[in-house]
Amino acid sequence: MTTISLDDVRKLASLSALQINDDEAAKLQTELQNILKFVEQLNAVDTTGVEPTYQVTGLENVWRDDEIIDYGLSREALLKNTPNTQDGQIKVKRVLA
Amino acid sequence: MTIAEAQKRIVEVGVRQVVEEAIARAKVDSKHAVLEVIESRSLARADEIDARLKKGESVGRLAGVPFLAKDNILTFDSKTTASSHMLENFEAPYQATVIEKLEAEGAICIGKTNLDAFAHGGSTENSYFGPTKNVTDDERVAGGSSGGSAVAVAAGIVPFALGSDTGGSIREPASFNGVVGLKPTYGSVSRYGVVAMASSTDVVGPITTTVDDARLILDIIKGVDARDSTTIDILPLEKASKKLRIGVIQQCFGEGVDADVDSVTHQAIETLRSAGHSVEEVDLPTFRHALAVYYIVVPAELTSNLARYDGIKYGMQKDGANLTEVYEASRSAGFMDENKRRILIGNYVLSSGYYDAYYRKAQTVRTLIINEFNEAFKQHDVLLSPTAPTPAFRLGENTDDPLQMYLADMMTVPPSLAGVSAISVPAGESVSGLPIGIQFVAPMRRDDIVLNMAETWEELYAKR
Repeated sequence: MTTISLDDVRKLASLSALQINDDEAAKLQTELQNILKFVEQLNAVDTTGVEPTYQVTGLENVWRDDEIIDYGLSREALLKNTPNTQDGQIKVKRVLA
Repeated sequence: MTIAEAQKRIVEVGVRQVVEEAIARAKVDSKHAVLEVIESRSLARADEIDARLKKGESVGRLAGVPFLAKDNILTFDSKTTASSHMLENFEAPYQATVIEKLEAEGAICIGKTNLDAFAHGGSTENSYFGPTKNVTDDERVAGGSSGGSAVAVAAGIVPFALGSDTGGSIREPASFNGVVGLKPTYGSVSRYGVVAMASSTDVVGPITTTVDDARLILDIIKGVDARDSTTIDILPLEKASKKLRIGVIQQCFGEGVDADVDSVTHQAIETLRSAGHSVEEVDLPTFRHALAVYYIVVPAELTSNLARYDGIKYGMQKDGANLTEVYEASRSAGFMDENKRRILIGNYVLSSGYYDAYYRKAQTVRTLIINEFNEAFKQHDVLLSPTAPTPAFRLGENTDDPLQMYLADMMTVPPSLAGVSAISVPAGESVSGLPIGIQFVAPMRRDDIVLNMAETWEELYAKR
């Protein structure tokens, strides 16, 4: 059975862009361990020669004409919920140090 | 309250008064089903529809009928919070296709209902704004994640509400509160303007007091939408009353299933048999592994869908020393514990070295589950099971044990993974008076069968 260490939990949190404190890490370690233990029952299922199903409708590439559709949305309306803007642009902290 | 009853009242007193009455009920909602009332827009639309009706215009199949939408569906003139801290102040710049379609038929969205944050949960206890209480018992959960919608309909605030179902989020709360909850065929209803959770199973559907109302709402909201390339057509929802071949899923009985749920379901089986339907046992061996598949596939999909919440484009932003810290601080403050748990599980099962062992394996077992459904539907028109293994549990009973909470979905998850049509309809009560529902399942695109079977059951149950 796979075991998850505290360091694994911290690394996973970092990859998920989440900050967790020591208490949360300890709690998550137990919870994730239990969930993984539960799902590992699938190892007992014989899937020899069976293909995975990633989506169920069987739809493949759905094409549309390469034309601009006017959804009637202004830049102002679309930026209404943006926490930090300047001159109609989304403002972020420096990306390259 | 049925849609027909609301329409009768509209004829008597007008749309404005019916909408005002619904708003008044929503405002005194003691169950915490409703998060926000959309007042001025609703009243303006009510006046407009009254005027059009007075002129003799044809307004649509739901002219003036008030409804509520789960708060993960985008609506105008309100917030759409997904019951999360992250989107606490989010105001949608456009409306979901499902809302547009209902408005085009004259329906009026009077407000938004509570859910588990980002629809992660089966009790509505994970809402940032606090839980919704069960319609029959304030000490018990509403079910979830569409708990607010189910309780609002059960309490008679509105005749119908929209929910979303990823692994049982319409059906389980419908069962817990004694109302009808329809999970349509995957892809049959547009998700444009719906907060995404797990894209391979998410579907929007109605919660109503009658099967006929569920049929009407699905008929209005279904259909291919150019704004959602995953949409498909289903068969017309024609009424038919005939004897059906019903398969009872054997894996839904025995250990872990409450005695009252067992007895209500067996009574239903006897009633259906006495009415002349053929009822046989059906064996779906991989059914019992569906929950394990679900708790790999769904976290994998939702962790990808929740990656967009970075504190930059919209939603909560917390400051940090650099861009990475802004992301981390915003996400840590905006997500609830269950959201974080699922994000971590999702990233774990997708990570290099584990992908094949977990994610690919789960999707392969999913194929087996689908194959077993397909085989069963060769012999049976429709499948029957309880909706949930228990009636509504107590508030707080499962909050410290995520796995125990997940078990509430054991019967609703397999149809979600297979994308088939499924419904929960009231079938009885526990000894202590809690509602219990049963689930009917039909093949993909055959929502007509699920509705006709449920309506047949509804008539038999009323007569019993």
